[in-house]
Amino acid sequence: MSNPLADMDKPDVIFCIGTNMTECHPVAATGIKRALAKGAKLIVADPRHIVLADLADVYLPLRVGTDSALLLGMAHVIAREGLVDQAFMDARTTEGMAFLEHVQRFSPEWAEEITGVPAADIEQAALWYGQAERGAIYYTLGITEHICGVENVQGLCNLVLMTGNIGREGTGINPMRGQNNIQGAGDAGALPNNYPGFQPVTDPENQEKFEKLYGKKVDLENGITKVTALEMCGDQIRAMFIDGENTVVSDPERAHCEKALRSLDFLVVADLFLTETAELADVVFPVSAWGEVDGTQTNTERRIQRLRAAVPSPGVARPDWWVISALAKRMGFQGFEYEGAKEVFNELCEVTEIYHGVDWDKVEDGAFSWPIPFDGHPGTPMLHADVFENGRGIFNLVEQRDPAETVDDDYPVWLTTGRRLASYHTRTQTGRSAGIDYLLSEESLEIHPDDVDEWGLADGSWAIMSSRRGSVRVRVKATKRSPRGTVFTTFSFADVPVNALTGGGYDPITQTAELKVCPVSVVPE
Amino acid sequence: MSDNIDDGGNGALSTMTLDGEDVGFTPGETVYEVSERYRREIPTLCYDERLEPFGGCRLCIVEVEGSHNPVASCTTKAAQGMKVTTKSGRLEMHRRVLLELVASENRDLDVDPMSGYASGEMATLLDRYDARTGRFLGLRSGTSHPDDPNPFILRDYENCISCFRCVRVCAEQEGDYAISVMNRGFGTQITTEFDGILKDSACTFCGQCIQTCPTGALADLKALASKDVPGETKLTRTICPYCGVGCSVDLMTRGDQVVGVLPAMDGPANHGALCVKGQFAFDFIGHEDRLDTPLVRGDDGQLHPATWDDALDKAAEGLLAAVDNHGRHSLYVVASGRAPTEAAYMMQKFVRAGLGTNYIDNCSRA
Ligand code: SF4
Ligand code: SF4
Ligand code: FES
Repeated sequence: MSNPLADMDKPDVIFCIGTNMTECHPVAATGIKRALAKGAKLIVADPRHIVLADLADVYLPLRVGTDSALLLGMAHVIAREGLVDQAFMDARTTEGMAFLEHVQRFSPEWAEEITGVPAADIEQAALWYGQAERGAIYYTLGITEHICGVENVQGLCNLVLMTGNIGREGTGINPMRGQNNIQGAGDAGALPNNYPGFQPVTDPENQEKFEKLYGKKVDLENGITKVTALEMCGDQIRAMFIDGENTVVSDPERAHCEKALRSLDFLVVADLFLTETAELADVVFPVSAWGEVDGTQTNTERRIQRLRAAVPSPGVARPDWWVISALAKRMGFQGFEYEGAKEVFNELCEVTEIYHGVDWDKVEDGAFSWPIPFDGHPGTPMLHADVFENGRGIFNLVEQRDPAETVDDDYPVWLTTGRRLASYHTRTQTGRSAGIDYLLSEESLEIHPDDVDEWGLADGSWAIMSSRRGSVRVRVKATKRSPRGTVFTTFSFADVPVNALTGGGYDPITQTAELKVCPVSVVPE
Repeated sequence: MSDNIDDGGNGALSTMTLDGEDVGFTPGETVYEVSERYRREIPTLCYDERLEPFGGCRLCIVEVEGSHNPVASCTTKAAQGMKVTTKSGRLEMHRRVLLELVASENRDLDVDPMSGYASGEMATLLDRYDARTGRFLGLRSGTSHPDDPNPFILRDYENCISCFRCVRVCAEQEGDYAISVMNRGFGTQITTEFDGILKDSACTFCGQCIQTCPTGALADLKALASKDVPGETKLTRTICPYCGVGCSVDLMTRGDQVVGVLPAMDGPANHGALCVKGQFAFDFIGHEDRLDTPLVRGDDGQLHPATWDDALDKAAEGLLAAVDNHGRHSLYVVASGRAPTEAAYMMQKFVRAGLGTNYIDNCSRA
């Protein structure tokens, strides 16, 4: 997020796109509800009539996978109505002229054709955002889990850059990170293209620095992503070590993924439970859970916070860092002598620019959001206040692109996937917490009541849903939260492995899977 | 005079007198807020600093020079030159009578502290004012919903004192408007939209109402289920393990068991708010399915319990075999987006310092 969570009740116009925030980031959503109570306007764009849509002043029910078209239509209106912040564009951006010319082609009427959203509503949303004193954008995986995820984000950035809605309280472009520490994992360098602190591995200066630090010559090129690695299993990739991820259930194309892991010579998994993925392993390490370990985690506003142990681990389970370093030592690797999480974290701070100004003791109260470049620096709750990290903000001339697969006679229905309030991911944790079953005991497929009738189904009956890759059996739930022709479910329950169906394509740049769009057929059992 | 003096932006210092002492204040502050800052310990029941003041219980009354009746300090704004008395025989008697009145509506005065964050407030005040008499025994407000089968929230309205903190927290903090107030006086009743069970209302089971209830009328059923676990309740500050918001919580433990979660009112990302996962989905860590020993696949193709020594040997051997036979680019590692940052750092060091590759990713792409 460019802006802190504490800002969320401060905008006068809020634009939520591809975020089911009341269910996925409930406490963040309370900020938005407070802003609304103070009179802020809410624009919600989502294929499904989610709870946020109930609260919206204008709701844009776009067809799945048409975000870019919607954003281009909005940019067109903002440009046409003269709502561009020219001073901001002159001072802080480049390619602005080209972009303003580019968007002339994309009228709201054009966008309506593609998105299905009435042009008048696109106009209204654009006017509000364009006129906002403090306009803030919030998004999550509804924007990124597409083959055009990068373009979608660039489309949002374009809106921000043309209106100057950044660098001030209550504004910004704010992706909400899904998992508790997905931010921290990236910060720490668990990426094929970055050393810790997002230092590119292809930069000779960084190479030299880490070669000296780690005493090892490191590849000069980027590594490969997990998606690519899974494709190469059994071929170039012969062994894997997976920490705390139920890859088989959470990743797209389950059959492919399972086959990939089975084709390895050797698989090591560290986890809390014997997950579907751990069951395939040759060696399984038991790790300590939340509540049993000391450590740090970094939230969606880049705030570094301390985790503390309250109870002992079961049996001989050990913290992840201990397991990894023990294995490294056993393999003869150098530099893995640590006494505790504190030492590990302090080393990360030493080698990482953005964490350089803190250490284990300084993050005790969670007072710092990175970057904290030096000791005494107050941290950076708000990014891009005066300058952009990488110089000037660049407009991108994005275009609308179809999803990897589109509906046809055989697969005439759009499936989109997501999460629900009372469960988390593959339910390895929420599914094992008492009482959660009362709120959510089984998976269901949300279908518009008229489609339920037309497709010969009934509320509560069983349906078979198939894509080009597989089929699942799932219970039907009639609800107007789904629009006609689009159905919704989650990948939370093992008995409805919906990721057996997904996986039609990946964003070519980030290799994020297109989990939000998958053509399917839905028929009575 | 002491800290926090502000001239209100117009050059004139804002000052008032508190029990004879001159004090400064920021225009807009209530008399209660000023008194708190000067440690006056005015009793309150319907007050929650996160919520709009409500002025319902009148326990926080103070005397203001020039006005005949005492006023509620939580709803009265401080004013230049105001002379306030926070403690006097008359005020204390008033407060005691008020407390006795509330107590008379109330069945259970000894509330288990596991009930919720603020659940002891009422009982503490009764003791402070020695107000546990049966002077006004009689009518009680509210009826319970023991029939609400939800596993999280006890709804025992016989203990309700109509402070409406639950209704207000649900509306103002949570924005859910799941519960509301029906009737007035002794007939007062907190209820959901259709007087039904919470699951059929807009309730998201965030638990906020439990944590602000000062009497335990609304209480944390999951924590109360452990009230007989021996030992003192210990609190440990940590962060919720679910989403990227990163809400601060205090884990309640007894012995080696986690028995509940309290929201951290000073949590920088949540200021006391939580959702159903952070509030109630904590007990997976003690689940019987937890792995408690390493497992190694045997010649029979099955996974068998093993010692760390054996498991580490086996794992090192297996991974090194791949590297030796197919090169260092045959080994790939995946870090967790759920584990602490130290795990991710260690994982990337594993491939970079150990193998000299960048063959690592985390689970953010799916
Ligand atoms: S649990 Fe939360 S949503 Fe439900 S009634 Fe209480 S405050 Fe409202
Ligand atoms: S309590 Fe809910 S909103 Fe807060 S971090 Fe946990 S899952 Fe996210
Ligand atoms: S605390 Fe002021 S009236 Fe209740």
